[in-house]
Order: sequence, then C-alpha cells, then structure tokens
Amino acid sequence: MIADGLTFGLMSAGLFFFVAGTTGFIRFTDVHSRLHALTKADNLGLGFIVLGACLQAEDGWTVVKLLLVWLLTLAAAATVAQLIARSALPPEAGR
Amino acid sequence: MIGFLYFAALVILANVAVSIWRVLRGPDRADRIMGAQLIGTSGVAILVLLYLIHGQPGVLDLALLMALLTAFAAVGYVKSQSADGCGDAELEP
Repeated sequence: MIADGLTFGLMSAGLFFFVAGTTGFIRFTDVHSRLHALTKADNLGLGFIVLGACLQAEDGWTVVKLLLVWLLTLAAAATVAQLIARSALPPEAGR
Repeated sequence: MIGFLYFAALVILANVAVSIWRVLRGPDRADRIMGAQLIGTSGVAILVLLYLIHGQPGVLDLALLMALLTAFAAVGYVKSQSADGCGDAELEP
C-alpha cells in the first residue's frame, strides 16, 4: 500500500518532467535551449519513472536491471548532449 | 494501479507524438536527431511501464536495447557532421 503510494508520487513526478521537457523542446527558440529541455526529460523523467517501477518489482535482479536501464540512458544522454551541443555551434565559435 | 500505469504510458505516448512534430519541422538537423533521441527515451519509459503492466521480463531487455540504439543513432549523426566528432574541447588550445 505504501509502495503503491510512493510509486504513484514518483511516476507523477516523472510524467511532469517528461511533459515539461517536451514543452520546452517545442517552445524554446534555439538549438542549445532545446537541448537543455531535452536532457531534463532524459535524466529526470525516466529516472523518476524507473524509481517508481523499482518499488513494484518482484525481486532484486529486476531492480538491478531497471537501474541498469536508467544508468545506460544517463551515460548516453550526458555524452550525446555534449556531442550535439558541440556540433551545433556556429562555425565562427571556433570548434 | 494498472489504470494509472496505462495513463502514464499514454501521456508519454503523447510526448512521442509531439516530438515527431519537431523531427518533421526541424529547422536544424541537430533538432531532428534530438527529437529522435526524445522518442527513444520515451520508448524506454513506455517499455518499463509495459513491463509492470504485463510482468514479462523480456520487455526490460527490449528497453535496454532501445536505450543502446538511441545512443548509437545520435553518435552516428555527430560522426556524419565531422569525422572526429566535432573535435575535443580538452585537446584544443
């Protein structure tokens, strides 16, 4: 019962970050602002959803696997955000 | 609980639909690959929710695979812009 309530709260927070990230991704005016909004959805949105899912998992191995999914996405999103930000710089910025 | 999980999956699916608009619209090529990355992350979240709804362990492996493919797609885009991945900030003067 407590786990259900915590899952409800954590997943609601995750949904909030997903919606906020997508709104920023649509509304912001230049590439780097949009990248900023995108990483919020990647890191926090998926993070809260995975934490909520961990509370509903049946055994420890499932929790480990869920956390692996999140860690892989975190590492990939952080690396890719740096790469895309650098590739989107204007030529006169001297990359 | 199942109803809430379905609701969450539907909200994230709506995010996917909005991201597709950004992929179509652009205007920059970087925007399109960022849209594809948001779709990939949303797909991972939807697969995690579907695992909770149906309880099939194989779905989590699909989520891992999707996270991996999304990262490779973005790295492939950056490599197509320049062969050295647009340089290394640490190495340049």
